Amino acid sequence: MITADELRDRVREFLSHHDPGELDRLEFLRARFDAGLAWVHYPPGFGGLDAARALQPVVDEEFAAADAPDNDPRSNGIGLGMAAPTILQHGSDEQRHRFLRPLWTGEEVWCQLFSEPGAGSDLAALSTRAVRDGDDWVVDGQKVWTSLAHTARWALLVARTDPGVPKHRGLTYFVCDMTAPGVEVRPLRQITGEAEFNEVFFSGVRIPDSQRLGEVGQGWQVAMSTLMNERVAIGGGNTAREDGMIGVVADTWRQRPELRTPGMHDRLLRLWVEAEATRLTGERLRQQLAAGAPGPEGSAVKLAFARLNQSISGFETELLADEGLEYDDWTMRRPEVTDMTARGPGYRYLRAKGNSIEGGTSEVLRNVIAERVLGLPAEPRVDKDVAWKELPR
Amino acid sequence: MSTPDLLYGEAEEDLRKNVRRLLQERCDPSAVLARCESDEPYDLALWATLAGELGVAGLVVPEELGGAGASARELAVLAEELGRGVAPVPFLGSAVLATTALLECPSSEAREAVAALAGGSRIGTVAVPMTTAPGSVFPTSVSARGGALTGTVRTVVDLEVADLVVVPATDEDGPALYLLDLSSSGVRRTPVTPLDLTRRIGTLGLDGASGRRIASSDSAEEVLQHTLTTAAGILASEQTGLAQLCLDSTVEYVLTRYQFGRQIGSFQAVKHRLADLWAGVSTARATARGAADALATSGGDVDIPVALAQAYCCDTVVLAAEEHLQLHGGIGMTWEHPAHLYLGRAKSTQLALGTAERHRATIAARGGLPAA
Ligand SMILES: Cc1cc2nc3c(=O)[nH]c(=O)nc-3n(C[C@H](O)[C@H](O)[C@H](O)COP(=O)(O)OP(=O)(O)OC[C@H]3O[C@@H](n4cnc5c(N)ncnc54)[C@H](O)[C@@H]3O)c2cc1C
Repeated sequence: MITADELRDRVREFLSHHDPGELDRLEFLRARFDAGLAWVHYPPGFGGLDAARALQPVVDEEFAAADAPDNDPRSNGIGLGMAAPTILQHGSDEQRHRFLRPLWTGEEVWCQLFSEPGAGSDLAALSTRAVRDGDDWVVDGQKVWTSLAHTARWALLVARTDPGVPKHRGLTYFVCDMTAPGVEVRPLRQITGEAEFNEVFFSGVRIPDSQRLGEVGQGWQVAMSTLMNERVAIGGGNTAREDGMIGVVADTWRQRPELRTPGMHDRLLRLWVEAEATRLTGERLRQQLAAGAPGPEGSAVKLAFARLNQSISGFETELLADEGLEYDDWTMRRPEVTDMTARGPGYRYLRAKGNSIEGGTSEVLRNVIAERVLGLPAEPRVDKDVAWKELPR
Repeated sequence: MSTPDLLYGEAEEDLRKNVRRLLQERCDPSAVLARCESDEPYDLALWATLAGELGVAGLVVPEELGGAGASARELAVLAEELGRGVAPVPFLGSAVLATTALLECPSSEAREAVAALAGGSRIGTVAVPMTTAPGSVFPTSVSARGGALTGTVRTVVDLEVADLVVVPATDEDGPALYLLDLSSSGVRRTPVTPLDLTRRIGTLGLDGASGRRIASSDSAEEVLQHTLTTAAGILASEQTGLAQLCLDSTVEYVLTRYQFGRQIGSFQAVKHRLADLWAGVSTARATARGAADALATSGGDVDIPVALAQAYCCDTVVLAAEEHLQLHGGIGMTWEHPAHLYLGRAKSTQLALGTAERHRATIAARGGLPAA
């Protein structure tokens, strides 16, 4: 396997032929992808060099030191965190060639069309229908809470292709073109005032069979690998000490001695310990993951991360007292990124409430840990062997 | 120490019924939501009905001043119901803070003003930051010279709809309370964008505005302390009412929402959470009733029951609003759902009149439990 030093040499070699100061940003990023220096653990030809996943920072640091443009990962979190690993794992070579490069460079943003009004935690109960028609599938139905559907070019879509079998077996996974006729995106305003997520309606949307990921009826298995990646992506974001929300309150504490009290001090330190411990847990998971696909353990990090963000942001409003009574801006907007640190404390407090709902609720994640990590028996299921169309709703 | 009466009397239950009925008609969550971004975030017509038809704006004002002559126990029941409805009315500023302060001041201006508040023809507030806890040192942000007030006070509750304000200020004789008409010259009101969309705050700027002194030196300090303690005690009941609403609507929701072919309320993980919340709200209610009873009883200890109620209720109401949102799942994160109105109100009441830590410090001081 390629070593860190060899990788560093490759980046320098690449930079000697591609001057980031001269090349157009996109051309530079495409060339970086083609040189296998995008995500180094991906296979050659798909942006990587089959290197150890842990070596990614080596490459990123080299490029950053050269002032090279990056692919603005925050604006395509679902693409990079979920769509890419799913396409890599379940896609055909043709699909990998079509989708991975513009995904990585950020030319094409992705969204996730999973949840429906009647199927959130119970995703497998979803009812959006896909019916085969020649070389196409025709899709009708509704999705909800779709983050970034308004900026996305492509979507990960799970739809029901066979209502006559039990719910987990009748699903198929597709890549959906968000510009296709019949796809309608409506903003859904959220409690922060803005509309980060959307409702998405399908009427007679045609998806070519070549955009199916995995076999017909295997949609649940493909969706599970997407969700495992999502939980790692959501939980594992903070890479340095005091990254994220804890850094914001730590700075406030350092700069505003007038706010300090003994009780708040104790709480701050407890939160600091929890933040750092959670960060290390995420880091450890990333190291374990160096080779393979993420497992249910990612759920534990996501669970801790949600709790942490909620406690820190709740603490922050208490610390700020009068300023905690204020809100920066309720204006309805359609943001392209979610940045917890760029807004005020009220926004952080409200937005963090979504952390224990999006990507699987904390209750569902506890079930996943209990059943899939600890091997405890599942609750008796009333819906397992019943055809989907016979289920109570 | 006599045992407090922690139950509700018949008259209190009647009051509750009447207020709840009115709010169900006039103040459902969608109406509150529709109003909160409009030019009229307060429902002053509703306040007029509460004051006029139900006569509750002056619940604790003596009958000879046009009030109902009731006690803090009834005021607390009213607070519970208004909290339950997250009603956008100037209850805290006018019927609690300003009314309590004015009632303690013997001057004829104060009596006239309190009668106007009781009748609902005028609205009042007290110029302290909303986070001021009972036991805080007398504020020095406003000074008075020859009756002219100068200074700035931030996060004054219900300021934008108030007609008059009681201003704690320091003058030639030390601490004092001034009564100020907000239409006077030299008064500037700047609204602040609030986290709580159902109750507003603003910054009061005074530049030589002329007020009438209604209390001075020791008595000014005592009146302000009494006012803050009363408001903190009553706020505990508002928090209890809102927490109960959050619990009730969550129980209702988990009975109707199906996932995995079952009502989500049939999962033990959900049941246990709600059982814990029920226990929390029941405890909150006991402490809030304890505070209300202490405020209504003369001569007994008030500081500890009020601090206890606040230390307990202000975190319980936040927990209730957070659980309410979480157990609703994605729908609770949407603007159209009232979950965020409850959350914003809960969070702002947690900060109002002192956080739990402040109230625990009061208990430490009064209960002989020093830090070191
Ligand atoms: C900010 C945000 C962004 C989102 N972005 C996307 C997106 O981009 N794409 C997408 O497809 N979806 C997205 N979602 C949707 C999200 O995945 C769902 O909201 C979530 O899975 C919960 O589903 P639900 O809302 O239907 O709640 P429900 O499933 O109805 O849950 C309601 C409550 O019941 C509890 N519950 C349910 N089942 C059980 C059980 N078995 N045991 C114990 N408790 C249970 C839940 O934990 C929750 O508290 C987003 C949600 C949010 C809040």
